[in-house]
Amino acid sequence: MIYPYIPHTDEDRAHMLEALGLSSIDQLFEVVGEDLLLEDSVPIAHRRTEDEVQRMIDSIAQRNIRGIPFLGGGCYDHIVPATVKALSSLPSFVTAYTPYQAEMSQGLLQAIFEFQSMICEITSMDIANASLYDGSHAIVEAALLMVNAKRGAKKVLVSETIHPFALKALKTWVLGTEYEIVLVEEKDGITDFSNLAIGDDVGGLIVQSPNRYGFVEDYTGMAELLHERKALFAISSDPLSLAIQKTPGQWGADIAIGDTQSLGLSLAFGGPSCGYMAVKQPLLRRIPGRLVGITADAEGRRGFTLTLQAREQHIKRERATSNICSNQALAALMTTIHLSSLGWNGMVEAARQSYAKAHYLAHHLGHLPGLDVLNAHPFWCEFPIVFHDAKRMRKFLQELRNEGIFAGVRLSALTRKSADELVLLVAVTEKRSREELEMYIAAAQRVMK
Amino acid sequence: MIEPLLIDKSKKGRLAYCYPPLDLPRSFDHEFEHLPSHLQREGGARLPEVSELDVVRHFTRLSGMVHGVDNGMYPLGSCTMKYNPKLGEEIAQMAQFTQIHPLQDTSTVQGCLSVMYNLLEDLSSITGMSWGSLQPCAGSHGEYTGLKLIRSYFLKRGDLNRTKVLIPVSAHGTNPASAAVNGFDVVEVASNRKGLVDLDGLKSRLTDEVAALMLTNPNTLGLFEEDILKISEAVHEAGALLYYDGANLNAIMGKARPGDMGFDVLHLNLHKTFSTPHGGGGPGSGPVMVNDLLRPFLPKPDIVLREGGYAFDWDQADSIGKVSMFWGNFLVFLRAYVYILRMGSEGLRAAANHAVLNANYLAKKLKPYYEIPYTGGIMHEFVISVKNYKEQYGVTAEDFAKALIDEGYHPPTVYFPLIVDEALMIEPTESESLENLDAFIDAMIRIAKRAKSDPGSLKKAPISTPVGRLDQVKAVKEARVRY
Amino acid sequence: MSRILDTLRYSKDHEWVRIEGEKAYVGITDYAQDELGEIVFVELPPIGERYKKDEEISSVESVKAASPIINPIEGVVLEANEDLDGSPELINEDCYANHLYVLGSFSQEDYDSMMDGNEYKTYLASL
Repeated sequence: MIYPYIPHTDEDRAHMLEALGLSSIDQLFEVVGEDLLLEDSVPIAHRRTEDEVQRMIDSIAQRNIRGIPFLGGGCYDHIVPATVKALSSLPSFVTAYTPYQAEMSQGLLQAIFEFQSMICEITSMDIANASLYDGSHAIVEAALLMVNAKRGAKKVLVSETIHPFALKALKTWVLGTEYEIVLVEEKDGITDFSNLAIGDDVGGLIVQSPNRYGFVEDYTGMAELLHERKALFAISSDPLSLAIQKTPGQWGADIAIGDTQSLGLSLAFGGPSCGYMAVKQPLLRRIPGRLVGITADAEGRRGFTLTLQAREQHIKRERATSNICSNQALAALMTTIHLSSLGWNGMVEAARQSYAKAHYLAHHLGHLPGLDVLNAHPFWCEFPIVFHDAKRMRKFLQELRNEGIFAGVRLSALTRKSADELVLLVAVTEKRSREELEMYIAAAQRVMK
Repeated sequence: MIEPLLIDKSKKGRLAYCYPPLDLPRSFDHEFEHLPSHLQREGGARLPEVSELDVVRHFTRLSGMVHGVDNGMYPLGSCTMKYNPKLGEEIAQMAQFTQIHPLQDTSTVQGCLSVMYNLLEDLSSITGMSWGSLQPCAGSHGEYTGLKLIRSYFLKRGDLNRTKVLIPVSAHGTNPASAAVNGFDVVEVASNRKGLVDLDGLKSRLTDEVAALMLTNPNTLGLFEEDILKISEAVHEAGALLYYDGANLNAIMGKARPGDMGFDVLHLNLHKTFSTPHGGGGPGSGPVMVNDLLRPFLPKPDIVLREGGYAFDWDQADSIGKVSMFWGNFLVFLRAYVYILRMGSEGLRAAANHAVLNANYLAKKLKPYYEIPYTGGIMHEFVISVKNYKEQYGVTAEDFAKALIDEGYHPPTVYFPLIVDEALMIEPTESESLENLDAFIDAMIRIAKRAKSDPGSLKKAPISTPVGRLDQVKAVKEARVRY
Repeated sequence: MSRILDTLRYSKDHEWVRIEGEKAYVGITDYAQDELGEIVFVELPPIGERYKKDEEISSVESVKAASPIINPIEGVVLEANEDLDGSPELINEDCYANHLYVLGSFSQEDYDSMMDGNEYKTYLASL
């Protein structure tokens, strides 16, 4: 039998078996033992042709329903230039692996170097790695860095306003370890630092802005306070928001983390996205994951290579800074192409338009009875609205659905808490047209009047 | 040929992308200025200002300086660099998948959920396990998750004493690193003369402090652990659990199942075994599969099929919680699912058969020229040692690797596993034809001859690449990691 | 053959200690630097912290390896050898002239229990 992905003909097999002095491939598996070798195929379906699979997937895909997404909660529908898909699909980028052999991976290494540089520029930090799995993973790695960097550190302070799923990931990480997550409570949707206790066993503080509600937080004085106690400060942000809000570096943070989904990655049902981490110079040898650096060959030609590998698991094994091996190289490449296409002006434009459009919608929803727009704090492209009763909220979501609009993310879908059931997070990006905004407003007015 | 950094081609005012103008009432034009000034960013960021064609040429040129499976043979041991079918790429770009938000109402994402549910069913069948989670984003992330399940299992039983994980010396470095991140102490297990786990040595280390033994099978030497049932029995008798690192599953896919061998938990690498592209180092996917014992601890949410359709189930009291932001790398699941649909049950067996046939053929043909320290039962990969070339001619494994680059091949994995001196680990995969294998063998023989006749020339390799061997010391000392 | 000085004491982790009055100088041995190869970075311990015997105190890194420095005797870090910051290769050049750090209020008992030159030589031969 011939498979398109397996090139062997009967003649090839016969030739190879003869060279091995064998009569059948089965002989190569004798070492597995009769007890373990399956007599039959595993119980999955028989093979299908390419055409059959295409048809099958087409019908599966039709069971997904698309709408105009005003959905956020950590994943946003931004405009992506056509260059991103076209260039990130180039076959050698797609089918290469980690650039261990630098000489035949210069293109990939250079792209990662450019990614690292751009992340540094955007976050105002000194060193960025080649990417991490996603935003929640970046937060876990930041916590791990904090307890490893300070002698005797067992606790990490974490704001209650970070993304609920990232908080869940942190809680998973501490399970069964000697470490502890200490929650810093929120007050009216913003981290409340008034009772912050930074003991000797605290490795650092992790916060997020815009936070889980979309609010932009104020970290005045926090870096000084933490550094006095030899604790580290990490800020997680949607990187696109850093085109207008104060950056982690400008707040004096030691670690900047987040997810570059908003920079060139599609919604993709939540993955792949791409975590990032950038640090200040003193943490150069503490940063997890791959790093690409510039060097030269014997003739003095500039070249790129993976560097500072002594931090990593394949050398340090159980003493490594993290267990991460790979990264999200292709997703990081998409972000690099996206930022190369936008330039700084384009990035600022996307961030400013998102801001304006979100505020336009909030302004109009703010006039409606039966719901409150929570805007006591500044926000960027996402804001919470609170309905006065559950029935009206359901009707609101349903009516807008009927118009082809996904009106928002229910906060309770993230926190799994009944107390949050009446809160809807509404996200508006630069991609939402005026027409779509007016459709939303008109439908909302009809339901809530 | 040196491609400049794109930032160095910047010219103020040039654009590669143009946003539509803000179509709101004029009063919103400066809306962003309402963000309180002390919360505003100060100054800009240096990003390229170039034309669209500049962007296209830059990245197209960069891609010309990368070797992927589509460019040529990539026998990188333990990474299973098999061909990545184009159908998977086409399907992963369908807007009906890429434009679906992870937090849409589940009634609107039945297509995505059915892919995930059916993939989990197939993976359960293929591995002989009960169920799993697709959340982990890579192999190391899967290890982290699997070990967390083990940790939680013992915590739930109140067995706080089990703080050690046994790992063979031949294991990949991620194994001990993942154990350490989970708060386990690592204890190494020696290999015997055949390159397999030393059963007696293992038994002597199986105390009541041991939580698990992590094994790769076939192991990193490409050898099947023939005592696996005895190992499994000993581990379980000692009250510990058995962890399967799925790095090498391609060797036995569809032919034998970790579940039948007694493994309690495993992780897969969809980007190795199930043919999703490696992407230059991710995104991959590292699903975790478990038996009934560990199923209650799987990450949340589970995917279930109920009357009315597929749904997320968040109600598992003993779950370890979440390990990734949303549901995992969905577009990678999609490609793996497409691969399984294409291959079917017979096809997966055929892949394993031919991966093993290819590796054995290569080993046989290279044996007269290269030392292969462990040959008992080679499966999908094997490890050669050029120690004798190093001793006699001063030529190292790295020199052989760099010489292969000039022959047009991506080199095998070098200096791994650690128990073989001057190691080159070769995994051809089932994708390579007889002709390709023969050409690779010829190249290896040419290099072996050059190592003897002109060892100096190998030291100078590669010469066909944009740059020659790079100064690693300079890279570390200067640590220039950004523009 | 590794260079060993008779005037120093040695640990099994290949650190050396030299006492000068109230100060104990700590470095790595010739054997250790040779095993590591070209040293590219030395992590220096924080001043003022007390470290126990056998506690990991810092690390030394080459391109292909990173080795923890296991503090051989209890004491408080008085100073770290800042010269190594820009020139870690000094250790390769002369590992006995270039210490890593200096301890004060150190444990004489810990020092006394370390190997002398002859014992260390025998120890190396046994590896």
